[in-house]
Amino acid sequence: MNPPVAELEEAVVLTGGFPVLAGVTLVLEPATLTVVVGANGAGKTSLLRLLGGLDPLARGRGVVAGVDLANGDRRLLRRRVGWLGHEGSFYDDLSVAENLRFAARALRRPLEDVAPALARVGLADRAATATRRLSAGQRRRLALAWLLVRRPELWLLDEPYASLDDAGRALLDELLVDVVAAGATVVASAHDPLRSTQSRRTLTLAGGRVVGES
Amino acid sequence: MIATARLVAGKDLRIEWRSRVLLWQVVPFGVMALVLSGLALGPTRAGHSSAGPGLFYLVVLLVTLLAINRSQAIERTPGTRASVATLGLDPGGVFLGKALALAIELWVIGAVLLAGTVLFLHTALAGSLAAVPSLVLTLAALAAAGTLYGALTGEGAAPTTLLPVLALPGFAPLLIAGERSFSAALAGGSPWEWWVITLVALIAYLAVGVLLYGVLEES
Repeated sequence: MNPPVAELEEAVVLTGGFPVLAGVTLVLEPATLTVVVGANGAGKTSLLRLLGGLDPLARGRGVVAGVDLANGDRRLLRRRVGWLGHEGSFYDDLSVAENLRFAARALRRPLEDVAPALARVGLADRAATATRRLSAGQRRRLALAWLLVRRPELWLLDEPYASLDDAGRALLDELLVDVVAAGATVVASAHDPLRSTQSRRTLTLAGGRVVGES
Repeated sequence: MIATARLVAGKDLRIEWRSRVLLWQVVPFGVMALVLSGLALGPTRAGHSSAGPGLFYLVVLLVTLLAINRSQAIERTPGTRASVATLGLDPGGVFLGKALALAIELWVIGAVLLAGTVLFLHTALAGSLAAVPSLVLTLAALAAAGTLYGALTGEGAAPTTLLPVLALPGFAPLLIAGERSFSAALAGGSPWEWWVITLVALIAYLAVGVLLYGVLEES
């Protein structure tokens, strides 16, 4: 049996001295899809950022992808996770394809992966378009293509359905099924529990703590 | 580290080539500053020539601060920071890449401003050309120092206004050495001692940047 991808025990994350995560304990098994739901300020984004090594662990214990969050090199962890955030995640003055080639080169992935990733998310005809000219939904699709090129072990998706139209949402659902089947672990935050119908697990956060699980 | 530096430098230069922010905003600002300096000094050519190196490096300081802010702004969007952070790029390589791209941009701007100095401040052409090696070295040192200070101010509440306050003490020796080299070149003298000071500062800033850039990014 494969070891868990992530284990948190009473994990606390502070922002300006305030505990945005106030003692979260959870285990993420490999090749699973977990949806984190909760109101604004519940700590969903903070949990994802902690799992991605983007924010430091203030107290408690945590190991993600074999990296100790308290003492390990979080840069090593970051190379193994893929992040899809709320905001625009790209260099606006580069084209769609250039942004993906930058990521591929940084991670020493084959540049040949760029075109199939763009085709998969329906942006093949936008490869030469400046990223700043994309709509919000297209930027979201580009973010998904970035993750496809990266092929991370752990996908961290913050409100992944935001800005996507119905076709985009269907594409994302289909893509998540595929990446989980391929062995990746996915953690996605959402306001709307209905969006988590295909999840094997749903965590409910409130006040920086896990208050429910189904 | 070298591969990362090339990747980051290429990306920054490509972004500048596409956006033309430095070309259409920073260069005209620098040229206008030189024109105004020439007007402020009045019509006497002799006065212009002696004040030329100092005024030139004052304008270099202003455009350098703008260029550093532009270089850092590329990375400052929260989403971009998180996405790029998950690439796990070597921080020393990122520093070298950003410093190299900034140096190349400053060299181009510096060439335009040097021509402007000959035109508007009436510095001697031969002496101005003799100052080119020291200008190249000084701008490289300013790029290395500026990239470091830019990272230091990147997460501040108002990084664009904080940068000049933090950077000026560090820039002062470089600007003074550059001005003395330029003056020596105009006078037909030897600027070697000033070159050595600038070169030592360049190496020191590169070493500190490679070692500390990751810490600054994390903090």
